[in-house]
Amino acid sequence: MTEDVQTLVDAIALGSIYALMAVGIGLVFGVLRLVNFAYGQLIMAGAYALALTNDSPVLVSIALCFAVVLGLSLAMEFAAFRPLRRASPTTMLVATFAISYLLQSIALVRFGAIGKIVVVIPRLSEPVTIAGLHIRWITIVTILLAIGVFAALTLLLTKTTLGLQMRAASIDSQTARLLGVRANAVITAAVLISGVIAAIVAVILPMAVPERLLVSPDYALRETLIVLVGVVVGGIDRLLSATLGGFTMGFAVGMLSGYLPSSGSWPFTSSVYLDSAVFMLVILVLLLKPEGLFSHGRRTAVERL
Amino acid sequence: MRRYSSLAELVGPAVVLALVGIVGSMGFVDAALENEFRGALVSVAIVVALYVFVGNSGVVSFGHVSFVAVGAFAAGVMTVPVELKPTITPGLFSFLGEHSVGNVASLLMATTVGGVFALIVGIPLMRLSGLAAGIATFAVLGVTYNILNSWEKIGPGPLTLTTIPETTDLLQATVGAIAVVTAAFVYQRSRFGRKLRASREDSAAASAAGIDVHRQRLWAFALSGALSGFAGGLLVHLAGTLQARDVYLDLTFLTLAMLVVGGVGSLWGAVVGALAVSALDTFLLKAESGEVSVVDELIGKPLWGGSRLVGVAVFMAVVLILLPEGLTRGREFRVSTLRRRVPRAEETPA
Repeated sequence: MTEDVQTLVDAIALGSIYALMAVGIGLVFGVLRLVNFAYGQLIMAGAYALALTNDSPVLVSIALCFAVVLGLSLAMEFAAFRPLRRASPTTMLVATFAISYLLQSIALVRFGAIGKIVVVIPRLSEPVTIAGLHIRWITIVTILLAIGVFAALTLLLTKTTLGLQMRAASIDSQTARLLGVRANAVITAAVLISGVIAAIVAVILPMAVPERLLVSPDYALRETLIVLVGVVVGGIDRLLSATLGGFTMGFAVGMLSGYLPSSGSWPFTSSVYLDSAVFMLVILVLLLKPEGLFSHGRRTAVERL
Repeated sequence: MRRYSSLAELVGPAVVLALVGIVGSMGFVDAALENEFRGALVSVAIVVALYVFVGNSGVVSFGHVSFVAVGAFAAGVMTVPVELKPTITPGLFSFLGEHSVGNVASLLMATTVGGVFALIVGIPLMRLSGLAAGIATFAVLGVTYNILNSWEKIGPGPLTLTTIPETTDLLQATVGAIAVVTAAFVYQRSRFGRKLRASREDSAAASAAGIDVHRQRLWAFALSGALSGFAGGLLVHLAGTLQARDVYLDLTFLTLAMLVVGGVGSLWGAVVGALAVSALDTFLLKAESGEVSVVDELIGKPLWGGSRLVGVAVFMAVVLILLPEGLTRGREFRVSTLRRRVPRAEETPA
């Protein structure tokens, strides 16, 4: 029983991280109709910034991480997304592939293939015992942080002019422009918010997921793949459904890895086959509900700002 | 006249590939460089196999490397010498562990396995389109990689398969690449290819004209899978070793980028993209090791290590940003493009 609850809490924390990444990807998709495959490399860059400043004060280190990720987000927007705004969705997706590959290559050449350890706030990795459960501080912080980000984002999207413009642009970009929404301003804002979320993930991921303690050129790549899949499975047309899709993937990975045995000789009998199980579920969902698990409408996304 | 000009779409790429093969066999090419030539030809085979589906249907597949992977594993596992199998891959099913086949048979097996796998996967998946189709095919790649990387009854599991005969010489690579290009040409000129291309331009109109889009996509997917399996067989006999991650994300990204760099919409684009990226890759490799005298004189030393990786990635990103339609802009090879640039108004994709 205790073990079940423990698995559940860990799965919710993992789901929260994936949901954060899903929001970052979904925000940019909303205004640009662009699936940013290079999102994981923003997180990688942030994690390198943290790893290289392990000796500096925590706040300096985190500030540098935010600066690097935001700078890189803006560079991507100006150098790649803006020239490609009229290209076909396939070209845009493959171009973000190329950017991701470029950033990985640069990291590989500059820092080598061997991972660097990321130390942010060691105290958060210590466990706390609540009602017989051993939960690490970072698990609680992750969940609270995710809730905070979603609350802030909801306020931004519903209570401010900028948020209103963003929502309008993602529902009908043509009409929004006719009514005076400035495309470049809205897109740059979305890219920046998405970058802030990437930086937050870069700070918590090394502490929250033990396998991500070391930053290497392919850092956060697996997470990005799973989140991208989750975003489409949930329904990429709406931010809420995309976020729920990301959360569901993280939750499913967390629960399945908690319950599958660690060895077995046939496919799908052990946690070695975790990815297969997740992807099979994805295929099933896509076949049954191609428009997205949490999406109601049948409208597909074609237009972009 | 029209008939000959359409045949040029096959002859042009085939002659270029034959030239690559001939230059690769010349005296000044050492063993290491010849290996690069063979690699380029095998890349052409993989990219053209991908083009058969993506180019003709307009639906992106991120999963075609699954068929390269099953082809490579089939050909690799079945050609390791029988007497070595108990040591290298002790976990195999007995019918796999007790038999081995020759070179031609292994390529045929790779083709069959790739085609059958694609057909089975395609039956449910071809109902999807757009982003959902892309993600679903990617999920197939994820499952394929995970199983090939883990299940020791059908392969080496997480280890590397070694002692695979290196039978893909320059002749086989050239003939193989030309064979794939020919198959792609025959398909896109056939009734089936034309129906699928019609659905690419306007799916609703094609359906209204009585074309079963789902079925046409399925045929193309299966053919593309068979050709990918064949190319995977060539690939594994080129390298001599195989592990699951050789045929996973990096290869998917590289081949898709080659296709888009060349131009998704044409066979010529697939060939040009694969050759251009391979050529740049080889050039930077040689420049790094100080074998290109021009570069040495220009900057006074060999290129710094790692410029190959970064250079290829920059090239692909720049081409995609500046020429979103690719180097060939989706046009087929034609003799007139060699003679003069005709300012054309609109051109229907052939």
